[in-house]
Amino acid sequence: MSAVLQSAPIPLWLVAELTYKCPLHCPFCSNPVDFAANQTELSTAEWCRVLQQARALGAVQLGLTGGEPLSRPDLHELVAEARRLGFYSNLITSGVGLNETRIRALKDAGLDHIQLSFQDSTRELNDFLSSTRTFELKRRIAALIKSHGFPMVMNCVIHRLNIDHVERIIDLALEIGAEYLELANTQFYGWAHLNREHLIPSREQLGRAEAVVAAYRQKIGDRLRILYVISDYYETRPKRCMNGWGTTFIVVTPDGTALPCHAARVLPGIEFPSVRSTSVQDLWLNSPAFNRFRGDAWMPEPCRSCPEKSQDLGGCRCQAWLLTGVVDATDPVCDKSPQHGRVVEIIRRRHSDERIVPLVFRSPESSIQLLNRAAVPPGG
Amino acid sequence: MNDAAPRSREAIPRIARLYRFQWEPVQNAYVLLFPEGMVNLNVTAGEILRRCNDQDSAALIIADLQRVFEADDIGPEIDEFLQSAAQNGWIEWRDPVAS
Repeated sequence: MSAVLQSAPIPLWLVAELTYKCPLHCPFCSNPVDFAANQTELSTAEWCRVLQQARALGAVQLGLTGGEPLSRPDLHELVAEARRLGFYSNLITSGVGLNETRIRALKDAGLDHIQLSFQDSTRELNDFLSSTRTFELKRRIAALIKSHGFPMVMNCVIHRLNIDHVERIIDLALEIGAEYLELANTQFYGWAHLNREHLIPSREQLGRAEAVVAAYRQKIGDRLRILYVISDYYETRPKRCMNGWGTTFIVVTPDGTALPCHAARVLPGIEFPSVRSTSVQDLWLNSPAFNRFRGDAWMPEPCRSCPEKSQDLGGCRCQAWLLTGVVDATDPVCDKSPQHGRVVEIIRRRHSDERIVPLVFRSPESSIQLLNRAAVPPGG
Repeated sequence: MNDAAPRSREAIPRIARLYRFQWEPVQNAYVLLFPEGMVNLNVTAGEILRRCNDQDSAALIIADLQRVFEADDIGPEIDEFLQSAAQNGWIEWRDPVAS
């Protein structure tokens, strides 16, 4: 092993966004709103090369996601290569496209775990939010996953429209036999940012949901482990986004662009490397993009002299850009940020009933419409 | 059976279904992998869990580690580690099959 590797951070997580194709149309999708502009997906051989190169750097957790990764007919081939290399592979899916034949092929290929998304605990809201009739299907898929002995994480993105169902969502997770439940408050990037004002819960809703989660944890113990992702707009300190830029994660988009996080492509003035032209080792260690926010030399005040800077690392770069229009700014979730008022204003506006835009469901058609319009200006 | 309860040294531990135990050359360490997560193991923990193979009893594992580490007094520490590993859900126990 080279000395360079020992001193450099290890990209423990490889997030492989295999495709932007998705049968669901969730308005809180974290994919970029302009996904329709990206048409050329990496081939099976290209993905296998990415897996090999990332694994050699020490990547061990593999997230197979999208879009809907089951839209890729070669999914089981990628899983087999991942298993051969020693990855722990996580399939992150809506369940649509899974059936007895495919799940058997994935099991045989060595898939380790399946994370199944629900949009809500009720058929009505699940089907409304995904713009599909999939609630009953997802319940059948959950049973299929269990019958093949996979560990199962149930994921539900929560927001204003479903957060009051948290109790029933936990009951659903218990009923389908999930080992973990991820209750993920919406993070406002991509489509979720576009639909932000429809999705931000109230402080009272959050308080109730957190109390329900705490009560359930006491009651059910280890039977179901609940991971609760907080809603950072209501915090006064920013999240340590992706555990720090270029420290732990590599996200590879369907067309092979390598990013330090799912949303980083929105950041202007940064040229993100492609796995088609650069090796994973080279882009991780040497690319200007992955080095851009490593360490703390890039930080402006108030971060630079802040005693907490090593905890939150200045927060999220994408959030700083989306809310202040400055990529290097302190994440305005922090109440030490001179722009914290913008977050306060967004929450205030959410409590008034000014609706500027209708809810936009994720689809190639809306993506193309948004591409043709001027980009949503940051700072709003 | 309650896996968290102290067990006889005749009981046989194995890595629990939710976990995968493996050597990571880049980290120069054993790890436990589970859905979307990883436990980094120190040398002692790695050496104990490496022996939780669904065949050897706790007594055999302890004897082997005492020999390898040339330390006769580490039995209670290993018992304690196995108990906490069971509490964490990392290992499961089975009783020896009568022969």
